[in-house]
Amino acid sequence: MTSLWKSLVVSGLVLAVLGAAIYFPILRRRVKRAARLQQQSEEQARRELAQPIVVNPSDPRVKTKLFWASDAMDSTLVPVVVELPLANDPVLRSKQVLNTLLAGPVDAELRTLPPDAVLLAFYLLPDGTGIADFSEALASSVPSGIASEQMAVDSITRTLEANVPQVRRLKILIHGQEVETLAGHVDLTGAFVVNGKAAQPEVKPAVAVPSAEKAPATAPATLTPEKAPGKLAQPERKP
Amino acid sequence: MRGRPFFVAAPGYEWQEFTNRFDMLLDVRNVIRMRTFLLVGASSLVLAGAAMVYSAHTLAQSPASTPTVSPQGGAAGQIASPFGAPTQRSGLNIVVLDPAHGGTDPGARGTGGIRESEIVLDLATQVRRALELEGFQVVQTRQGNENPSFDDRSAIANAQRGAVFVTLHISSTGLPGTVHVYANSDLATVTNSNGLIPWDRAQAPFLGLSKKFGDLVQGMLVQRFKGSPETAQTAAVRQLRTTAAPAIAVEISSIIVEDRSELDHMAPGVADAIARGSAAFKPSYVVPGVPGALP
Repeated sequence: MTSLWKSLVVSGLVLAVLGAAIYFPILRRRVKRAARLQQQSEEQARRELAQPIVVNPSDPRVKTKLFWASDAMDSTLVPVVVELPLANDPVLRSKQVLNTLLAGPVDAELRTLPPDAVLLAFYLLPDGTGIADFSEALASSVPSGIASEQMAVDSITRTLEANVPQVRRLKILIHGQEVETLAGHVDLTGAFVVNGKAAQPEVKPAVAVPSAEKAPATAPATLTPEKAPGKLAQPERKP
Repeated sequence: MRGRPFFVAAPGYEWQEFTNRFDMLLDVRNVIRMRTFLLVGASSLVLAGAAMVYSAHTLAQSPASTPTVSPQGGAAGQIASPFGAPTQRSGLNIVVLDPAHGGTDPGARGTGGIRESEIVLDLATQVRRALELEGFQVVQTRQGNENPSFDDRSAIANAQRGAVFVTLHISSTGLPGTVHVYANSDLATVTNSNGLIPWDRAQAPFLGLSKKFGDLVQGMLVQRFKGSPETAQTAAVRQLRTTAAPAIAVEISSIIVEDRSELDHMAPGVADAIARGSAAFKPSYVVPGVPGALP
């Protein structure tokens, strides 16, 4: 009886050791994976903080034109029509379309902007100048070159032109700073003309209306208009 | 001009007297880095800094007694007296070649460790040879692995008379084996009544000529490199904006080639197209008149 008892205890211990030998590596791997997941979610949380989800499902769904590359080897843009719930407020609407543009098309080859780039802020000045502040990644991850940088800028300006008529010019900032070029070639010191044609006829008939209309748009207290317009009074060029 | 000095005021500086004996470039944008160049042979007076450029194209009437600044002996004889006969003076003689990037800025980088800055420097040597065969004098913005600023590169072109500017690039995207030519996109033209052109928009009066020059070079390139566009495109190229001359960017696709030799094989064709395009542009070259340039 005692020998049977002993052998049972011994075999039980052996099994426990074996089980532990098998289980411990698995446990270690799981802990590691969990740590990585946590890191990722922190990164996600930071992104979400920077980019609050501004889509309101009750907004009417609008056919939105987003400009992505027509072909992976070509630097021309084609509009892709997507139905999105868009806000009426031009600032909110600009954020929504730019975030969708950044999210990219179904075919990742046709992206115009780096996948890790984030829109940090968007402001609209009373004169119709939009200011888009992108994260560092827009400049550091966009392929360096005239064609690729111009395509990135064009996809932003043409998407705004097609969807947000109130934006007439666009100034691009990188992490809140004015930079000389996007990635060594395309000039970001001036403002790009977004809606040149639409802007002019609008100004003449109603001079007073636009300013009254757009007053709420510039309301965000975070904007520092004292500084921005001075810098913006720089050459304008059409992309 | 002789015996009639004129005066220029630069912010922070006293009135200075300039005579027709030399041209001067004052970069007063950054006072610490203020430099003065004696630009013999180039009849332009350029004030960079307070963001005003005065290009005294219409000024010089008297003969210059000194040889040109160019390090290149080749065609110097043709322009040794650019102030001489007005007919000669208006011609296009110089091509300023700008191998982009350099120094700490490698430009686009390929998978095999190839760098745009090195390839364009080698390309510039070939373009230079082809241009000299066409009778042009060539000035390069960099000879080795340095990285002059955008303004420094433009200043070299702005100091020349009868010059065009070509900046050389390799793209990171696009169909390999094609070449794209760019002129600057539209700039709001602002010309003061006194004929001053802001440095920041020095390209504005030349946009039409730049496009024409670009179309000619692109036309030559498409014959050799199928799949390239037929005409030049426009882009907001920073380097071109401050250049007061017909100016284009030539970008070869692409750095993503298997190995460097693919790009090196394209170099002679690109060089030849730029040289023939420049020669074809020669008859169209006229310095745009600046209204009210001089009292």
